[in-house]
Amino acid sequence: MVRMPAAVLLAFAITSWATNPIEPLEFSSETERERYHSLIDEIRCTVCQNQSLASSDVPLAADLRSAVYAQIREGRADSEIRNFMRERYGDFVLYTPPFAAHTYLLWAGPPLLLVIGGIACIFMIRRRRSMLQQRN
Amino acid sequence: MIRLALPLVVFALLVGLLLTGLFTADQRQIVQTPLIDKPVPDFSLPMLHEPEIQVTRDELLGQPFILNVWGSWCPTCRDEHPWITRLGQESPAQLIGLNWKDEREDALRWLDFYGDSWDLQLVDYVGNTAIDLGVYGSPETFLIDHKGIIRHKQIGAINDEIYADLVARIDQLMLEAAADQALAEVES
Repeated sequence: MVRMPAAVLLAFAITSWATNPIEPLEFSSETERERYHSLIDEIRCTVCQNQSLASSDVPLAADLRSAVYAQIREGRADSEIRNFMRERYGDFVLYTPPFAAHTYLLWAGPPLLLVIGGIACIFMIRRRRSMLQQRN
Repeated sequence: MIRLALPLVVFALLVGLLLTGLFTADQRQIVQTPLIDKPVPDFSLPMLHEPEIQVTRDELLGQPFILNVWGSWCPTCRDEHPWITRLGQESPAQLIGLNWKDEREDALRWLDFYGDSWDLQLVDYVGNTAIDLGVYGSPETFLIDHKGIIRHKQIGAINDEIYADLVARIDQLMLEAAADQALAEVES
């Protein structure tokens, strides 16, 4: 008697698995499929913040993936889908934030550091050179 | 002297940077919503207790209301429930629940067990309205003014301090609504 529910459950599990396999999404073209995958790679899962929609397993990420899918099928452009996410979750939802007043430092910072470092290098090399010349 | 001090200064700055990072980690987890001062997105959702009745956004406008996103699957919602109960009893604004991605049976049982002080419970089973609201975790609590503008969003559980802040904000919204109403009466 005790084993009955388990057996029934197992039977249910097997039938539901058999009738509901994970269906691959259908796209009308290969570019659509690529757009879908690159978008869900680029959109952050706001629940588990260091994962993208593609790599996250939480229910919200699944909802947002299906939102991206539905919009691609409706013929919306990538920029429209990105804006859809930004309007709701802010810039943070995109792994590539926009180039705007509050992100100037973010985008310009690394090249700026490179330039500063380069200039410092040039000065140091020049100084060493002149020191060497003086010694000679 | 400078040669000796410079690495120390850089080191101290780095330590400072990392320490601030460490102590503000919790705050940085919060995703600031871009929806503040924007209108509540349009929706038409069934009621939890009477699923055959749909409620639309426009039906709720006219008076400020509180929109509290919860689910019976959400342990933090249980933690904040005492404050939600207080809000339902004490707040002059309507307290509306948005039962998010929940099974109806579970939600009803949860409310039976913990108590239901919401004035109205709406259901977002699929989660589209929650996406429109930029919901990413529950509980989340929105304060919406009489014109339907989202004025404040509380992410995470309510505690004593947050409760006091919410009540002050709600009072402000009630005043604004009353002022607008008085103005409309004078004009007519």
